[in-house]
Amino acid sequence: MVEELLHSSPGIANFGIFFLLGAVLLLIVLGFVTYGILAERKVMGYMQLRHGPNRVGGKWGLLQTVADVLKLLLKEDIIPKAADKPLFILAPVVAFAPSFMVLATIPFTDKFQFADIGVGLLYYIAVSGLTVFGMVLGGWASNNKYALLGGMRAAAQMISYEIPLVMSVLGIILLTGSLNLNDIVEQQENVWFILLQPVAFVVFFIASIAELNRTPFDLPEAENELVAGYHVEYSGFRWAFFMLAEYVYLFAMSALITVIFLGGWLPLFDFLSFIPGAVWFSVKFSAVVFVYIWLRSTLPRFRVDRLMEFGWKVLFPVALANIFLTALIKTLFF
Amino acid sequence: MIRTEEMLLNVGPQHPSTHGVFRLVVKIDGEIITEATPVIGYLHRGTEKLAENLQYTQIIPYTDRMDYLSAMTNNYVICHAVETMMGIQVPERADFLRVMAMELGRIASHLVAWGTYILDLGATSPFIYAFRDREMIINMLNELSGARLTFNYMRVGGVKWDAPEGWVDGVKEFIPYMREQIKGYHDLVSGNEIFLDRVKGVGVYSKEDAISYSLSGPNLRSTGVKWDLRKDEPYSIYDRFDFNVVTKETGDCLARYHVRLEEIEESLKILEQACEQFPAEGEILAKVPKIIKAPKGEAYVRIEAPRGEIGCYISSDGKKEPYRLKFRRPSFYNLQILPKLLIGENIANLVAILGAVDIVLGEVDG
Repeated sequence: MVEELLHSSPGIANFGIFFLLGAVLLLIVLGFVTYGILAERKVMGYMQLRHGPNRVGGKWGLLQTVADVLKLLLKEDIIPKAADKPLFILAPVVAFAPSFMVLATIPFTDKFQFADIGVGLLYYIAVSGLTVFGMVLGGWASNNKYALLGGMRAAAQMISYEIPLVMSVLGIILLTGSLNLNDIVEQQENVWFILLQPVAFVVFFIASIAELNRTPFDLPEAENELVAGYHVEYSGFRWAFFMLAEYVYLFAMSALITVIFLGGWLPLFDFLSFIPGAVWFSVKFSAVVFVYIWLRSTLPRFRVDRLMEFGWKVLFPVALANIFLTALIKTLFF
Repeated sequence: MIRTEEMLLNVGPQHPSTHGVFRLVVKIDGEIITEATPVIGYLHRGTEKLAENLQYTQIIPYTDRMDYLSAMTNNYVICHAVETMMGIQVPERADFLRVMAMELGRIASHLVAWGTYILDLGATSPFIYAFRDREMIINMLNELSGARLTFNYMRVGGVKWDAPEGWVDGVKEFIPYMREQIKGYHDLVSGNEIFLDRVKGVGVYSKEDAISYSLSGPNLRSTGVKWDLRKDEPYSIYDRFDFNVVTKETGDCLARYHVRLEEIEESLKILEQACEQFPAEGEILAKVPKIIKAPKGEAYVRIEAPRGEIGCYISSDGKKEPYRLKFRRPSFYNLQILPKLLIGENIANLVAILGAVDIVLGEVDG
């Protein structure tokens, strides 16, 4: 259906349909963010001998995040006097918009995808790199020293980790010969790429944590060092936008890992194919999210100078070696 | 030419990692610290001056609020000073209760130090595990004194309350449990590569520096100086117990971390022996006059608190209040080496170094 619409002439009706589809995706994502945050708090709670949210919305705290978001929306909108006002207002939007844009290319099932573009993987990586502008802008515009340090850290971290991230997926691109995410999933019919490209998976996963600014790479907002880093001056719904961006990226990154390493919507074994692809996708996806949460409650934070070293001296060469080996094996044996 | 300038950054008094209301004014070049000036006094309550108008028994609750993480040792040092001046012999049972309370307090204090240190380095879970185990100690001390933090348990000549029935058994049960937990702590944190990366070789100072800056406690022993007042100048009944003084050679944050964890095990050893030797019955308070008047003169006593050497100097003119009272508060002395350690480090190391010094602001500010 989307294909036909894309090639049809523009009109009010088409615009309305696209708008509705976008709204549906937004709702799905917001639903994930709401319950992703709840899941994170619950899982971390149980790992830390606590119960997590258990008051608002029954004993599972099902409405806790909703209440939190409502509270954030109702809060006073504070802009520091010395802040650069236009940039301060712009920054959360710049941070959030790309996080939502990247979702367009991700194939959730073989039918449910918004834009089946040829360079889906490249698009994802390119657009997700834009978020760092929001962080640096926010850090700079706040006119706060901690925020500035956080913003600079964010920039340094993104540069160091985006490159291993891209390099690690090149191995897969060599295997599939395509940047299209649908093709990548379909080529995992027999074996998932996590088994064919284990090194790439490890590098990609580590770099993705750094991309997501989560523990152990949560340096831009390191609470114990920089108080809250780049968003220290933000409050209310502007702060909520930064957080939203963070969790939408968690959604997007987990979905991407599911797609390129874990076989997307494909079943684990052929005889299990009666289970719909959407279920497979969500199971794999939830497992990835769980690992992110698990790591967050376990590991201490990297030191800022070691972070750069690790990115450039360990991950980058390993990713390069992986490309080389993949290319070598492919030309020699296939 | 790009113009660069140093930035003046205020760390604290409201900062998550300053363990209270400690303020540090640092000059940073990028993230590298070129100068650090500690500013203290936000929690100053004038304990020493207040004490000049208080009777000796009334001073004890004030000491609870100095190092509020190990109030028992503070209680002890003031009682010990007055007892030394008056020549009071403390009953054996009271001595045992005091030592057990102090050692439990030491474990609780080191647990907080451990948990908050890992929290400073960015891992959130170990903090809660440490507090779970500390909670058991707090409950035991609560049974003893009726308070969870500011115990006000000791009196000149003994202790205020006797141990309730079954209390010693509770301590006995706690010892193997805690040993098991320590193993878990090591499994969880001590071998973690990221953790080692943060603390190994960070904040190093030499033996000579440690002594000339008058450091004490784990901060001193981490450089290899074998100095523990419980062993070197035994007070109370510490000479009856067999335990080791933990020392490490490297003098970095990792050494301080290990000294604290191993000291918990040594304290457990003392507790184990104290539980065995605990007298079945006996007085808990020596015969002391209703109104305590220290004889004219002065005295200085020092004991080993979890954070180092806590001393109490009393000058008395024979009245029921001291003429002058002075506490040597270990956190205050330990803090003095901080500006020297911070030069050339980055902000991330600031947190690691400050956390390893393990200060309590109530004690620093007095």
